[in-house]
Amino acid sequence: MQLISCPWCGPREEAEYHYGGQAHVAYPHDVGAMSDADWADYLFFRDNPRGPFAERWVHAAGCRRWFNAVRDTGTHEVLAVYRIGEPQPELGTQASR
Amino acid sequence: MTGSTAVPQHPEFLWRNPEPKPSYDVVVVGGGGHGLATAYYLAKNHGITNVAVLEKGWLAGGNMARNTTIIRSNYLWDESSAIYEHSLKLWEGLEEDLGYPILFSQRGVLNLAHSLQDVRDSVRRVNANRLNGVDAEWVDAAGVKEICPIVNISPDVRYPVLGATYQPRGGIAKHDYVAWGFARRADELGIDLIQNCAVTGLDVIGGKVVGVRTTRGDIATGKVALAAAGHSSVLASMVGLRLPIQSHPLQALVSELLEPVHPTVVMSNAVHVYVSQAHKGELVMGAGIDSFNGYGQRGAFHIIERQMSAALELFPIFARAHLLRTWAGVVDTTPDASPIVGLTPIENLYLNCGWGTGGFKATPGVGWCFAHTVAHDKPHPYNAPFALERFTSGALVDEHGAAAVAH
Amino acid sequence: MTRLTTGGLIDRTTVLSFSFDGRPYAGHPGDTLASALLANGVHRVATSVNRGRPRGIMAAGVEEASALVQLEAPFPEPMLSATTIELYEGLVARGLPGRGKLADRPDPARYDAIHAHCDVLVVGAGPAGLMAALTAARAGSRVVLVDEQPMVGGSLLGTRGELSDWTATVLAELTSTPEVLVLSRTTAFGYYDDGFVLALQKRTDHLGAAAPDNAARQRIWRLRAKQVILATGAHERPVVFADNDRPGVMLAQAGRTYLNRYGVLAGNRILVFTTNDSAYVAAVELAEAGAEVTVVDPRTDLAPFWAAECARVGIAVRPGHMVTGTTGEERVTGVHLAAYPSGGASATVHCDLLLVSGGWNPTVHLFSQARGKLEYDAELGAFLPVAGLPGAGVVGVRVTGAAAGTVSLAGCLAGGAAEAVAALRDLGVAAQPVAPPPVGTDRVERAGLVLWTVPVEISLDGSDLSDTRFVDLQRDATVGDVLRAAGAGLRSVEHVKRYTTIGTAHDQGKTSGLIASGIMADALGVDMAALGTTTYRPPYASVSFAALAGRDRGAIFDPVRVTAIHSWHIEHGAQFEDVGQWKRPLCYPRRTAFGGLEDLPAAVARETRAARTGVAMLDASTLGKINVQGVDAGEFLDRIYTNIISTLKPGFVRYAVMCGMDGMILDDGTVMRVSDTEFVLTTTTGNAAKVLDWLEEFAQTEWPDLRVHLTSVTEQWATIPVVGPLSRQVIAAVAPALDVSNEAFGFMTWRSAEIAGIEARICRISFSGELAYEVNVPSWYGIAVWQAVFDAGQPYGITPYGTETMHVLRAEKGYPIIGQDTDGTVTPQDLGMSWVVSKKKLDFVGKRSFSRAENLRPDRKHLVGLLPVDRSVLLAEGAQVIADPDVSQLPVVMLGHVTSSYRSVALGGTFGLALVRSGRDRIGERLFAWQDGEVVPVMVTGPVLYDEEGARRDG
Repeated sequence: MQLISCPWCGPREEAEYHYGGQAHVAYPHDVGAMSDADWADYLFFRDNPRGPFAERWVHAAGCRRWFNAVRDTGTHEVLAVYRIGEPQPELGTQASR
Repeated sequence: MTGSTAVPQHPEFLWRNPEPKPSYDVVVVGGGGHGLATAYYLAKNHGITNVAVLEKGWLAGGNMARNTTIIRSNYLWDESSAIYEHSLKLWEGLEEDLGYPILFSQRGVLNLAHSLQDVRDSVRRVNANRLNGVDAEWVDAAGVKEICPIVNISPDVRYPVLGATYQPRGGIAKHDYVAWGFARRADELGIDLIQNCAVTGLDVIGGKVVGVRTTRGDIATGKVALAAAGHSSVLASMVGLRLPIQSHPLQALVSELLEPVHPTVVMSNAVHVYVSQAHKGELVMGAGIDSFNGYGQRGAFHIIERQMSAALELFPIFARAHLLRTWAGVVDTTPDASPIVGLTPIENLYLNCGWGTGGFKATPGVGWCFAHTVAHDKPHPYNAPFALERFTSGALVDEHGAAAVAH
Repeated sequence: MTRLTTGGLIDRTTVLSFSFDGRPYAGHPGDTLASALLANGVHRVATSVNRGRPRGIMAAGVEEASALVQLEAPFPEPMLSATTIELYEGLVARGLPGRGKLADRPDPARYDAIHAHCDVLVVGAGPAGLMAALTAARAGSRVVLVDEQPMVGGSLLGTRGELSDWTATVLAELTSTPEVLVLSRTTAFGYYDDGFVLALQKRTDHLGAAAPDNAARQRIWRLRAKQVILATGAHERPVVFADNDRPGVMLAQAGRTYLNRYGVLAGNRILVFTTNDSAYVAAVELAEAGAEVTVVDPRTDLAPFWAAECARVGIAVRPGHMVTGTTGEERVTGVHLAAYPSGGASATVHCDLLLVSGGWNPTVHLFSQARGKLEYDAELGAFLPVAGLPGAGVVGVRVTGAAAGTVSLAGCLAGGAAEAVAALRDLGVAAQPVAPPPVGTDRVERAGLVLWTVPVEISLDGSDLSDTRFVDLQRDATVGDVLRAAGAGLRSVEHVKRYTTIGTAHDQGKTSGLIASGIMADALGVDMAALGTTTYRPPYASVSFAALAGRDRGAIFDPVRVTAIHSWHIEHGAQFEDVGQWKRPLCYPRRTAFGGLEDLPAAVARETRAARTGVAMLDASTLGKINVQGVDAGEFLDRIYTNIISTLKPGFVRYAVMCGMDGMILDDGTVMRVSDTEFVLTTTTGNAAKVLDWLEEFAQTEWPDLRVHLTSVTEQWATIPVVGPLSRQVIAAVAPALDVSNEAFGFMTWRSAEIAGIEARICRISFSGELAYEVNVPSWYGIAVWQAVFDAGQPYGITPYGTETMHVLRAEKGYPIIGQDTDGTVTPQDLGMSWVVSKKKLDFVGKRSFSRAENLRPDRKHLVGLLPVDRSVLLAEGAQVIADPDVSQLPVVMLGHVTSSYRSVALGGTFGLALVRSGRDRIGERLFAWQDGEVVPVMVTGPVLYDEEGARRDG
């Protein structure tokens, strides 16, 4: 069970959170103008990298706030957490936890 | 000599360990059950034997070694039941075909219903199965007890068992033996099974794949067939191809050897359980999928604890059985819980992935169909509905609504 | 007599009676079942699983691969190691032939789980672990120390009381230090992410039948540690030779432990076969205890100290020799010796105990589970944790003592303190290592000979199935099996494991795994380092399912939710249905004239008749309710729902549908506008949490600019629809101040009014087509208001009804139930509800998906009504709809399925709803419902079968 830091509440057990998949996939502006292929891409296609991944979590059993995290999908190491609306932090070689 | 837990002897020889050749007609990426079956049917059905199967670790060491070996074909939709039933028919002749004891045991599969909506969904699926030529029946709670006496059908449990769908032809097989049976035959037919060979790149020239880069050197090839389950996205991204796949940990576990108590396979969606008792006597059980994306072949322990609670709800007799080992695979899930098998926008690159938690049962069926797809550059009718394009058109094969746990 | 009169950590003043394989025996507190059996001269404990060979006790701890027993009393438990069962009065056990047996009655024991957080978790209370814990404790850190044994000391427990005063002092200091928790009988079995360690505490197992009923028998500790120090020791491993599985063949350290800890001299003529110096101390101590001891050592350069010690106590040493086999049946009677490595000059020596040592395997399981890297140490013949190399270690995990390959006691003591200092440094705490107690000169100074098996013919065809050189005793797997695997072309240890089953048994290969790898490496001529090990996976030691299930069973497997009116339903004989976590009345069967109870159809007929002709009431409190507030609430809901919400005026209610991004119906319900900035939505019962999550996700992540707040108020409101042509009279009676006329209180509006003195919100909405008033009051008053309505309705014969009647009423009107008449593949258009999909809004969730190719197909499935030609035949919900009744040719083309089916009083017969391909174009067609082999002719109709013009809603 991973220990994930909610940017509002601090470190909490993974079981308190729900996972929300890839972060920074904004709802498209003008959906009427989108091709079926572009819409399908928005609807169903998400990145699925092995390694650092900017993803969304919600502290469902806590403050119920959504936030973003950069987590390594290979090691489960949480490299950064940040609030909705904040830019994805640049991650150097020095990972912060 | 008790002998009762002994399993058949393996053949004296399984496969060579060849060095990769500079070029092949077809390179299959992924030496799991699907990749090995695909290679075997390429040779057997299509006479294509200049084939390499590249495996980054050890053969069949991924999800093939980690699944709970449940085999059934009682899926709701026509498209699904067709390919799974094709697979089940192949299972029924596979031991003979491969000349290998795969311990295929048609002990039946029960899918339990715990709510009135579960019952409706179950009856719907049974009727659809029957009209699709798939054996299926609805049994009430007493019937469940008759088939599997250790299931707790008391009305006093949190979610009482109201009945179940039953597929008598479903069952289990020994996963390693299945993979090794395919591997051995593929090897005999001249196919090179190359282990410890990770693909690091795919060479595409003019929209056509021409080669594979590996940790054991570059390999030229006419065609590339991807069969890498949870790692498909990583491979596809090497040629800029995005897939509607998310890779999640899926855990499973096993108990010590126990005297026979569980004669069938029981699956429950609401009380999340799927369990069988393997040939030697151990209880084999699958847990729920971990919610997060992960390639680490490990999940969280609260998933296992939850799984144990669910198991004891249905099988109080398991209370003092012991957990001996847990493990996790990386499952490739799709938005509609159906696989993706077919062509890609890149010429001569073929895709088989997205089997999620249900790939084992499809092993011979998908091997057959994927080999056909690669050989003819055209999908087999059974996998045609499972093309990547369905996500654009919206013609999904949505098995989420089908009430059966997708294992 | 094998029990010595003095010595050991047992209480000879108390006798414990127990039974094994049907025979009575006696032992003492402090014994394990294994030590008590040995004390009684019982060596044969079990029978091997495939070959039926006698098996004995080979170890003194959790690594035991042979002595598997079934506990029968006080409660049956399958497959435990005799070496890990603490003896208790009345214990009944039997040896296992490889498979355990589950109890056929419910387990009466309780189990639970507890969380603990600490700065430093130390696993293992041996010398290294105690030093680590003490160092951390003195630094003021929060420390948890776990150990599998009932007492601290670890490997010291197998000695002649070495450092026993010190361990007692340390334990006293630790237990008296605030913020330090010492957990005995607690096995750390799993390392998960971020310092999360699972441990199993056996709290009452050692008490047998005397265990208190109200105490949890076992407890799972969920430990979250900032730093983990693994001082998990090492397991001795054997050397493989022919017939090495006989009872009486034991690890050397086990023989020493039985002597020193349990006062059991397990043999009188003991042969010690060792490849290293560590077993010499066992030989000497056993000789001093009175045994006749011979040491066989393949090495020729004996350590002078040990040569002298052996001479001192009269031990014969055979350097340059090895054991090649044993004799005996139920117990070893002799040993075949031969010169090493030639195999020449063979001889047979009598003995009744054969102790073996092939070196030590550091217990690296938890480190490996933590993804720590292991490196092969050719000198030790073992995989050691890699520490200190960049990227090789694991953040927050350290290994010390024998688990890190440290051989000497002094080294372990110093190492434990040093690792604690390092761990504390990482936590920003400056600490000093505590001073180790003085210890004597360590006499195990050099590495031994790495020998997996005594030299054998390496033959890769190795098809000798009579091989008795056992690598994995429990799996009856031999050297020949390993060689066969290599001969079959297998080059991975994982493949060999699967081919031979070595390492898959109860002990998970603690002693056998490495040996299999070693034999494999030798056979193939490859480097052990390249071959690697199989993966260590949780649990380190077996854990019962019940312990893991803990308290989350039965009624609290999943919370049961009940409404504020639940007790009334029970008092009035309701039958219940599980809907999500809720218990909802399905119907309220009445006593019949004959004294029995109505069946479901009879109750539903009566309840529906009341609703259609009189007045009836429902507890709809389980409907999800979400309060939406904020100046942008209307805009927000416009984006969520398919229809327009922002135009709704305060005091009005609107039916609304929401779709997923894929355009498929997610949920439906009503939207009540309370004020310009406040709405209350309802959701279906099962979807309430999902819908709230869905809305919150959009509010927070997609449109954080919208000023909107969402609150679940499901549990805050009791909801009571009062339904039927006479409902107006009932509402008028309970809400005298409310003008209940159609003119003053129109359909799809709501009013505040007092009901029975309680402020209520009353909505003119109807899920039955009848005149209806939905009464909402704070839950606290739910039962009072329910009773008031019920009382006021008595003159009108008011009838409480359940979900089944609700379903019939709505189905007669063609109202779909989301989740029953839809399955995640159904759009509003499919349901014939294009009217609920706004054409004016530029966008809303799911809108874009409606124009995909698949959504534009004319042959999508539509919701229609089905009337059986024979109106007495009830269609099966889930029947498939087909066009051609001839089903002799499979597969049959299916057009859809029956989603709902009921007997209807109002319609005078059965009817159903179905999703049918091109259904709206088939109205008037005759189709067939196929259910379990039966073909039922049906006519296709529109979905609305009752009061199509909607005349009844105003009474």
